[in-house]
Amino acid sequence: MTAAGPFVARTGDLTRKLLDADIWSEQLLFEAGIPIADAPMVCVGGGLGTFALVDHLRICGVRPESLQVLTPLSAPWESFAYLTRVSQISRGDRLRSDSSSCPDNLWGFPSFAVREAFGADTVRGSLRPLWQVLTEPICGEHYTPRLGEVLDALAREARRIRYPEMVTQGQVRMVRRREAGGYFTVLTPPERATGARRIAFRSAHVHLAVGYAGLRFLPELAAYRASTRNSSRVVSAYEPHEHVYDQLRRRPGTVMVRGSGIVAARVVHRLIEERNAHGLQTRVVHLLSHDVPGPQGPRFMRRNGGDGFAYQAFDEPKAVWGGQLRDRAGATEGAGRVEFYDSLGGPSTPYRKDWHAQLATARAQGWYSTVAGEVEALDPQSDDLISARIQARDSVLMAQVSFVVDCTGLQPDIGEQRILADLLHHSNAGRNPLGGLDVDPSFEVRGTRSGKGRLYASGAATHGGYLAGEDTFLGLQIAAQEIADDLAAQGFCARLDVSRSVRQWVRWAANRPI
Amino acid sequence: MTYSLAGRIQTRIVLFGVIGGIWTALVTPILPTRLPLGSSYEMSFTVLGLIIVLGVAWELAYHLLQQFRWDKDWPTGFSLLAGVPEGLVLWLLLDSGTWLWEVPVTARGFWTLFISTWLLIWAVLSGPIRVLLVRRRWRGGRLFG
Repeated sequence: MTAAGPFVARTGDLTRKLLDADIWSEQLLFEAGIPIADAPMVCVGGGLGTFALVDHLRICGVRPESLQVLTPLSAPWESFAYLTRVSQISRGDRLRSDSSSCPDNLWGFPSFAVREAFGADTVRGSLRPLWQVLTEPICGEHYTPRLGEVLDALAREARRIRYPEMVTQGQVRMVRRREAGGYFTVLTPPERATGARRIAFRSAHVHLAVGYAGLRFLPELAAYRASTRNSSRVVSAYEPHEHVYDQLRRRPGTVMVRGSGIVAARVVHRLIEERNAHGLQTRVVHLLSHDVPGPQGPRFMRRNGGDGFAYQAFDEPKAVWGGQLRDRAGATEGAGRVEFYDSLGGPSTPYRKDWHAQLATARAQGWYSTVAGEVEALDPQSDDLISARIQARDSVLMAQVSFVVDCTGLQPDIGEQRILADLLHHSNAGRNPLGGLDVDPSFEVRGTRSGKGRLYASGAATHGGYLAGEDTFLGLQIAAQEIADDLAAQGFCARLDVSRSVRQWVRWAANRPI
Repeated sequence: MTYSLAGRIQTRIVLFGVIGGIWTALVTPILPTRLPLGSSYEMSFTVLGLIIVLGVAWELAYHLLQQFRWDKDWPTGFSLLAGVPEGLVLWLLLDSGTWLWEVPVTARGFWTLFISTWLLIWAVLSGPIRVLLVRRRWRGGRLFG
């Protein structure tokens, strides 16, 4: 099934009766004039979380006709590519991702280091990634793949599994349980589309991987933007902010960078590169929420740190994806879960020697400084300056800056995401101890089962669940595997056993379409 | 690889038992042992058996060391280098006659077998195992349970 246009008998929209009813029937939709399209499984989101599951299910023998991806995105890597671009990672830059985290290859073999070695033009180019992956992290930094390589690999796999054939574009408005079992997923097709205003997809199962609700602006930043009606001076690192760098080239200024994660590190890196490349006089005030003077934590959970930053190679300690820490998280409930996530620590950035050297030089020359504290207020001043009042540990500091670049993240509250908010109100879904969507170990959303139908979720929305590091290449693939196993147990697809795994891997290696 | 203790022990027993067993059976006739074939097999399967049995104790030690690592990861280089102390201890045990019973052993035969088996298992663990046992890496190396 592709676009549901041919099925359309009449146009229709959501009625009050539909909006109020927790459980829908075909009759309700018929009365509203909303056409119904069928698909055994509907995947909502269309980003990398959806791609991970679709890839897995296709490898487990599910035909493209049985999967319907509902998404506003034109490619599964669109949001990912956008977020990496605005947070200063270009195609040639390396991601913060393990060599065997391969979103295009559920086996993680061959890893990106091996692929880079085979693709290199010189012997040295071949040996370097292999040596790095062999000696990491003791003799050097972890090997990490280049963004461009990952995007190309994703595009290749999308073609191989015929991903575009499964996509219907549009905005999903809601998912509701169906009276006779399964679910209805309501899609609003793009404005340009002819035909129905809404389409209801009737399916046995649904998967949600809808990412973040949007950008998160901390209150004082939002207040500044609202009061000045000016969004060019106080920006989020996750929105286009190239004008900041452009203006600093024309006129010297001070930038306050806020946050202690990888994105803040990338923004500072870009500011330093700009300063060096164009001989600028940019000054940087780096505001960190916590001061990290050195390694922190108890003996058996001690994280490296220094100069204000917590250092770790990846988003989470590696064992959350498949080792002792995953086992530990899987055994927690309630307050124990909160305690577990607390033990993982706050934002971190990988220790990179060149970046560290840049910061040391910048500090020595006096144009880069770190402050541990919180912004209390931002006030507009004359000459396009902003006055920032910072509450440090035991004093109040004032800083005059030209720009504020906020790197504190994306909106994690599932209540702000329309589909998830609807699910919480109408489908009996709940929140986990950290406020994310409550899913069981097979990523089924607790409380939402409908007859034999199951509703699954993975990715950012499930933060705080039995799997930490849920919004990463590996986290999305682990969720996909658990969901595929659960669906296989119900007879929806074949289980990925040794024989299927080997045969499918050979097909993958030969780039043979499935 | 982010091992759990059970994953370590299961991996040690099954990989050395199955892949190591097949390799040992195939390679023994051409090992430079200068021993009759029967004695060569006695040596090689005793060595393999000891890699597995003593290996369980080694895995306990590795697991303890792993607890000092922040991310509870066991880098691939560690898995490779572990062959150095394990090989040396095993050689000293057999060569000095300290082991419980007399085993016909020659240095060239022992080291050829030990190094080739160790490298083979390490290579399989570094990638191909993920195709054969697709869930293993998400379960701390466990093959069962």
